[in-house]
Amino acid sequence: MPPLLRVSDLETHYSSFGGSRVVKAVDGVSFTLAAGETIGLVGESGCGKTTTCLSIVGLLPNAAKIVGGHIEFAGEDLAGKSQRQLRRVRGRQIAMILQDPMASLNPLFSIYTQVAEPAYYHRAMRGGSLRERVRELLRAVRIPSPAMRMREYPHQMSGGMRQRVVGAIAMAGGPKLIIADEPTTNLDVTIQAQYLDVLKDIQRDTGVAIIFVTHNLGIVARMCDKMAVMYAGRIVEHGAVRDLFRAPKHPYTKALLGSMPKLGSKERLYAIPGQPPNLADLPMGCAFHPRCKDAIAQCLERAPDERSFGAGWTARCWRAAEEGKEGYVGAVA
Amino acid sequence: MVSTTEELEVAAVAAAAPRRAEGRRLGRLRDLPVLPLAILVPFALMALFANVIAPYDPTEPIPGAKIFEPPFWMAGGSAHWLLGTDFQARDVLSRLIFGARVSLIVGVTGTLVAGGIGTAFGILAGYLGGWVDQVIMRVTDAWLALPALVFAIFLATMVGPSMWNIVIILGAVYWTRYARVIRGEVLSLREREFVKLAEIAGASRRRIILRHILPNVMNSAMVLASLTIGVVIIAEAALSFLGVGVPPPQPAWGSMLSDGRSMLMVGDWWLTVFPGLGILLVVLATQLLGDWLRVRLDPQLRNL
Repeated sequence: MPPLLRVSDLETHYSSFGGSRVVKAVDGVSFTLAAGETIGLVGESGCGKTTTCLSIVGLLPNAAKIVGGHIEFAGEDLAGKSQRQLRRVRGRQIAMILQDPMASLNPLFSIYTQVAEPAYYHRAMRGGSLRERVRELLRAVRIPSPAMRMREYPHQMSGGMRQRVVGAIAMAGGPKLIIADEPTTNLDVTIQAQYLDVLKDIQRDTGVAIIFVTHNLGIVARMCDKMAVMYAGRIVEHGAVRDLFRAPKHPYTKALLGSMPKLGSKERLYAIPGQPPNLADLPMGCAFHPRCKDAIAQCLERAPDERSFGAGWTARCWRAAEEGKEGYVGAVA
Repeated sequence: MVSTTEELEVAAVAAAAPRRAEGRRLGRLRDLPVLPLAILVPFALMALFANVIAPYDPTEPIPGAKIFEPPFWMAGGSAHWLLGTDFQARDVLSRLIFGARVSLIVGVTGTLVAGGIGTAFGILAGYLGGWVDQVIMRVTDAWLALPALVFAIFLATMVGPSMWNIVIILGAVYWTRYARVIRGEVLSLREREFVKLAEIAGASRRRIILRHILPNVMNSAMVLASLTIGVVIIAEAALSFLGVGVPPPQPAWGSMLSDGRSMLMVGDWWLTVFPGLGILLVVLATQLLGDWLRVRLDPQLRNL
């Protein structure tokens, strides 16, 4: 069976000043996602995670454009579709959850109206079955006494509840794919855990695939089957979460894992030195080499190719290829 | 000490709870702006029932009356024409009452026209962006550069005087500030996540504008409208004063001012003071109402 989503060699560029300056926000990204699977997109701010997601739903800002690659979703190529055609896919097939629960709901309409809308338009539900559907969705995201709550307005709810309502809205159209762009960043920790459980339950019940954008590796470990580590518009390492956490190949993945706080540790928290590179002015060779402890002459000259380390496990690093075995811990230790 | 403050707090909370519930019930009524409504409601009733209240036909001389009769309390005044008569022996009170109708109709409908044009353009410019935005905003800039009243006089002489022409002209002159303010609001609104989510959910542009943008700019549009009414009423009065507004013999406060102006020197003050007072009170009341609305609808003060 073909995967639900196959992104291949996606290139999305931002151009400004009439094309005189081009920023390669997404530069050759490929990954696949099967139904019911969850992939985590991780990386620092500005590495192209969000641009990748917006490319998939076709809602890039005016300055940005998909210049290469394919996005195959359920057998169709989304990259070549017009806005009108995409509109039919969005909502019905793909839904999104954004960061800020406070701004994600229209303050003027009741919860019922907002949850019902996608079901009304995309599933053609009416009357009693629509009400039942809304109640069911709110119950699925664990809103207590949904029949009462759905008559309320966004300002009557807490941030955690609003974000769960956003989850209900996302599910209302019965999508096959949910893109969650840092959905828990603005929630406090206990609510975060609760929210992640809700998403997991929904996924188990409906078999929806999830793209999880985050910079919290703890969430990736908990939620995702596989992960793609992005750096400067590229996926530098991709593989099963278990593998990457146990034996990361790319020094950037190692550094990210190394900068996770550990409970009970007295050591100073590790921080990756330097800044992410300016995407309009990338360094020669491997984009990570200025911040990499193990950079060698080759890293300065040529960008590393993708190397395979087993099923679905790839990394772009000259040194990883050279080591080729587990236990390489140079970057962090 | 600690226990006493705690007790005090508990007592205060307990006392506040029923009072707050009561306050919510009465809230709407108690917060009403008394002064502006006390002025506007009588004027509005006057305008609405002008043909019932007015003792005489405002366009015809009173049979048997002389010109420039003084108000009833002055020497030579008569209870038949309470506020005196004008240069054609017409009843000043009746003209005043029918003049209120003109002022309020032009004020309200002119504002609606201005608000409608301006809000539509503002939303289109703000939401669509790109060249649509550029075109609309440059036209707005050019429009703003023209002095409003001079522009209105020019248009009035072009299309000829009539009350509904004045409404359209003033709408066409005063829409620019709506376009500006609403566009700014839309610029921030369209980046809000619920608008993004609506796009992701596959909503069309028209739907997003009607459902997510328009309802959310109505607050600003209403505040702006209440402040524009006064400006439009003054503009109408000015046009009528200059003779390019509501055509005679139809009574308008502006033309009454203009008619009575020459008689001010000889002491026939009632011809100008009453219509002037009418303009003053109505405009003042609409401005106060606008202020109240602004505070009332300000999200920062509204505590949502």
